[in-house]
Amino acid sequence: MTNNPVSRRNFLGLAAGAASAAALAACGSDGPSESGGGNTGGGSGGGSASYWSLSGPPGEPVRKAAIERFNKANADSKITTNFFQNDAYKQKIKTSIGANQGPTMIWGWGGGGLKEYVNSNLVEDLTGWFGENAAVKDKILPSSFGAATVNGKIYAMPIETVQPIVLFYNKKMFEKIGAQPPQSWGEIMALVPKFNAQKIAPFSLAGQSRWTNMMWLEFLLDRTAGSEVFDRVFAGEKDAWSDPAVLDMLTKIQDLVKANGFQKGFSSTTADSNADQALLYTGRAAMMLHGSWSYGIQTAQGGNFVKDGGLGWMNFPAVEGGKGDPSNTVGNPGQYLSISAKATPEAKEVAKKFMSTTLVDDEEKAGWVKSGGVPVLKNSESLFTGGDAQFLKDMAGIANGAKVFAQSWDQALSPTAAETLLDNIAKLFQLQVSPQQWVDSMNGVIGK
Amino acid sequence: MTTIAPPVVRTKEPTKSSGGRSGPVLWMALPAFIWFLAFGVVPLFGVLALSFTTWNGLGTIQPSGLTSWKATLSDPGLPHALWVTFLIMALSWVVQTPMSILIGVFISARKRYREFLAVLFFIPLLLSSAAIAITYKSLLDPNFGLGNGLGISWLNQDWLGNSTLAMAVLIFIVSWQFIPFHSLIYQGAVRQIPTSMYEASQIDGAGRVRQFFSITLPQLKYTIITSSTLMVVGSLTFFDLIYVLTAGGPGDATRALALAMYQQGFQANLMGPASAIAVILVLVGLGLSLLLRRLGGRSDDSQLEGA
Repeated sequence: MTNNPVSRRNFLGLAAGAASAAALAACGSDGPSESGGGNTGGGSGGGSASYWSLSGPPGEPVRKAAIERFNKANADSKITTNFFQNDAYKQKIKTSIGANQGPTMIWGWGGGGLKEYVNSNLVEDLTGWFGENAAVKDKILPSSFGAATVNGKIYAMPIETVQPIVLFYNKKMFEKIGAQPPQSWGEIMALVPKFNAQKIAPFSLAGQSRWTNMMWLEFLLDRTAGSEVFDRVFAGEKDAWSDPAVLDMLTKIQDLVKANGFQKGFSSTTADSNADQALLYTGRAAMMLHGSWSYGIQTAQGGNFVKDGGLGWMNFPAVEGGKGDPSNTVGNPGQYLSISAKATPEAKEVAKKFMSTTLVDDEEKAGWVKSGGVPVLKNSESLFTGGDAQFLKDMAGIANGAKVFAQSWDQALSPTAAETLLDNIAKLFQLQVSPQQWVDSMNGVIGK
Repeated sequence: MTTIAPPVVRTKEPTKSSGGRSGPVLWMALPAFIWFLAFGVVPLFGVLALSFTTWNGLGTIQPSGLTSWKATLSDPGLPHALWVTFLIMALSWVVQTPMSILIGVFISARKRYREFLAVLFFIPLLLSSAAIAITYKSLLDPNFGLGNGLGISWLNQDWLGNSTLAMAVLIFIVSWQFIPFHSLIYQGAVRQIPTSMYEASQIDGAGRVRQFFSITLPQLKYTIITSSTLMVVGSLTFFDLIYVLTAGGPGDATRALALAMYQQGFQANLMGPASAIAVILVLVGLGLSLLLRRLGGRSDDSQLEGA
């Protein structure tokens, strides 16, 4: 037995092992096609269209009900559905559209992701359609159209709910230290040692999820400098992050981290396990900045916490000397439904009919209110009744009263810039980078 | 006599021409070769080609020369990811190898209670990495985890939120998961060592410790190389465990190459740079496995001299 053949054979075997790692990158474009299913794909003929969206409560039952309503009312046409979990969906929709296996109707978050579809000519321009169907457009909150618009043209229909980010607080914890909810950044910093002295974490934060940290920067930047700074970043202006207000708010947030403003071990807490919300309703933390959807989660999982009036909420307080309007808010101005440019004319017609009838009817509106959300459809206030009425009224008040309702940064920016953003935000909260380093690396991906 | 005749003919056949022998052997290797070509070599070249393009996964693939390579090689994240990868590799080897050898030697003895223990040791190997990661993540949660449940306050560390601790936790879990596998390899190897060697050493007055270092360990040389190759090359592809456990965090403290590749490709939509990282990953893997083979020395030395 000589040495050579053996080592060559093993060399190939090891090469196969190493290559399988590389194949991970190459497999992506093939994977989702099995679940995509050719016959439900965008190319299917006749009076049928396909619809993909997110699974799980509170959204999935309302989405399913809408499809059922449409299919019942339109015997000659049919919408088929596929529901995926949040992260899996983001993956599948991208690869299946890239492989021309996507659905007729593309559900999404608008903003930077939508822009990428538009740049690759993958979605229909709906500007003309909304012009012809002014009655449909008129039923939807105007502020929700911002994230559906790319280069002055509308490429998606705002659907489902408006979700501002608000400051939730546990009323009992405030009673315990005898304090009032903060009205300014200075009051926030003053509350931190008081809560820490009582062994209550001032703020709950799911730091591992990264976008949760981002919400803090969104509000702090807006309150300090107004919405203009991020608008310049969004527009791709060179060195747009090099604004003194950015350094100022980054320093503020690191000060809060250093003052133990967040619970111990916040970097290993995740939002998908709802552990951050559990900290709030179990009284281990006093406050939490989170999307309005958290209300539904705390109601469902917090026992009697919400029912007994333990949960308080407010818009993010002002920063002393800041230029931003304290009525401004950040979050999801809606969810968005686009029509695939690759779909057959028949499928596109079915999709348009679905959008102009079922998605704007009263049952749709009532369904979303019942799920604990504020619909993107106008005149839903009369439906706010029962135990959740006050919360819904306040959320609608924040959403409609906002001078600027900014879209979350990670949704507004392109996926490339968003990834760098989230990465740097995590490092900022970890105190791994200084505010200046943060600004430098973020300037590097402007316009990408 | 006639019954003996056919074997004689058969053994004679190959000696006629060497081509006659390699023919059927090659033919039998064909399915494996096609499989390897389709799922190993072709994607490999596909990735190599992709690394010279710009593609966001959606639109058209545009050739862009060395743009992706320049971006990847000038990214400070790359040396960091390489460092993290090598750190995971080295630390997990250092922890796993001695433990595996000791456990392997221990369970190789044919005693009832040890065979029972061997079955228990084997359990972590049956679990998927994702399940292990989710379980450990819940156990290590500083607010709702094990420490809180049992009321042991020193367990309430910021296990996955502190850079050093997160790396330590990762190495611990990797070791916990893979030591059973390597122990199994060593168990088999130890059982292969001729008992005559131990008997001879006993006559010469060697104790257990001396036997272990003078007989067992030298006899395990090739097994150590095999096991180390599996550990080292395997650690290059750790993805699922890290992705679920820390997602590369805190910050980028546990972002190994495989994870950096995924984040570039599927989260940042930069398929070009992601492919460049994949090529680097392949080259590192090949280099390491070749190096380990070299370290193994000449395989025609007999290990059983004097046995």
